[in-house]
Amino acid sequence: MFSLKIWKVLTSPMGENNPITVQILGICSALAVTAKLKPAIVMALSVMIVTAFSNLIISVMRNSIPSRVRIIVQLVVIAALVIVVDQILKAYVYDVSKQLSVFVGLIITNCILMGRLEAFAMANKPWPSFVDGIGNGIGYGVILVILGVFREIFGAGTLLGYRIIPDAWYIKNGGFYENNGLVLLPPMALLCVGIIIWVVNARKKKA
Amino acid sequence: MNKNSNAYIIAYASVLVIIVAALLAYASVSLQDRQNENVRVEKMGDILRSIGQGMDADKAPDKYVYINEQYAKYITRSYTVNTAGEVTEGTDPFAIALNLKELYDAPAGRRNLPIFESKDDGGKVLYIIPVWGSGLWGPIWGYVALESDFDTIHGAIFDHKGETPGLGAEIATPTFYAQYKGKALFEGDEMVCVTALKGSGTSAGNPHAVDAISGGTITSRAVEKMLRDCMTDYAVYFEKMRAAGAGADAASGATATGTTDTAGETPDSLTVN
Repeated sequence: MFSLKIWKVLTSPMGENNPITVQILGICSALAVTAKLKPAIVMALSVMIVTAFSNLIISVMRNSIPSRVRIIVQLVVIAALVIVVDQILKAYVYDVSKQLSVFVGLIITNCILMGRLEAFAMANKPWPSFVDGIGNGIGYGVILVILGVFREIFGAGTLLGYRIIPDAWYIKNGGFYENNGLVLLPPMALLCVGIIIWVVNARKKKA
Repeated sequence: MNKNSNAYIIAYASVLVIIVAALLAYASVSLQDRQNENVRVEKMGDILRSIGQGMDADKAPDKYVYINEQYAKYITRSYTVNTAGEVTEGTDPFAIALNLKELYDAPAGRRNLPIFESKDDGGKVLYIIPVWGSGLWGPIWGYVALESDFDTIHGAIFDHKGETPGLGAEIATPTFYAQYKGKALFEGDEMVCVTALKGSGTSAGNPHAVDAISGGTITSRAVEKMLRDCMTDYAVYFEKMRAAGAGADAASGATATGTTDTAGETPDSLTVN
């Protein structure tokens, strides 16, 4: 079940084939939902679930899909899964779903999904496809979590809502520290993604 | 079988769409109740926040139970009035507050405007008015709690659907809406509401102005317009209640403590008048 090949399928999107840092896909949502860690985690999980199951379903269907309408079939599957995920979020984590707002719906247009379906699920058996989806979801999620941790600590001084930077440090309480408002805005997230990509590329060249 | 024949493609698409439709319908129906409950609890929480109650909702072990309890404790009565200032019967104020868009889409004459009456621990009576309007990118809304003189704002909260984060979205932060506390709606008998002024500190000492958000001019103006539009609908009712005498038992069933509280505030409004 976990042959070397499968293991490679799972881990390669986390490192040398990361959807965000190497393929530069899914940047839009990575910038939009990472101002706080909690929505970033929920978004990462949502994308992982949708990628894994759409990969699985398309892979099961791959031999019956008419090639002339395959993109539409893929979209229908993705859209259905995204709507189900959106409904579940609205029912069970309402406050987070409000923060994610349109970005859950926009998973449908996330290039990672279509990319994996076309590149992998259409040509592989269900189990490797499922693992590929999980791997890409994690690869995407890792970057989101890194951004979320950085932005929440430096933008709001908290982590998952718990205070990290002591209240006494703040200027308003007689200290020396002030939250960096820029970190909470998307431009700073773009800079952060850029720095991560830079680091990843620099390390790759050395190896 | 030829997978690229038209018949196959049409049949394939039809079956796929029917399966997906059934799945989505099932998901939607089975999760509907929970989603509605979330919306309901959120509105209750918003109403409570405008009078400074229910602040510990996130720390409470069960948010739903906590909000429901607090709501039952503090919100003593709710009713609707029309733009002519008469109390209307046979309406569900909370259901109307859940769908304010529909309320304000209706012609002014047919609006049933909800009012929530609350009594805090000290017996002070407050009137909570839901407001709804359009921001820069989408709807904005809020709850304004008025003192029993129907003039002084006791507290207000605002929220929005999709204003620019860091700019217009700041209307949903306490830094912005706390400014509304103590502001007044009326100048003499004329309703002037509360305007949003540019420049930090320009609103100091002005009972009808707050500092607008830098970079969020359109949203700040939208809040201003929302307050004016919505409060104008209630204006006749407010005037009536003010005329009925702030010292007298204006609202139904105000207790002795309630009356003392109101009496304490009458001099201000009387001198203005």
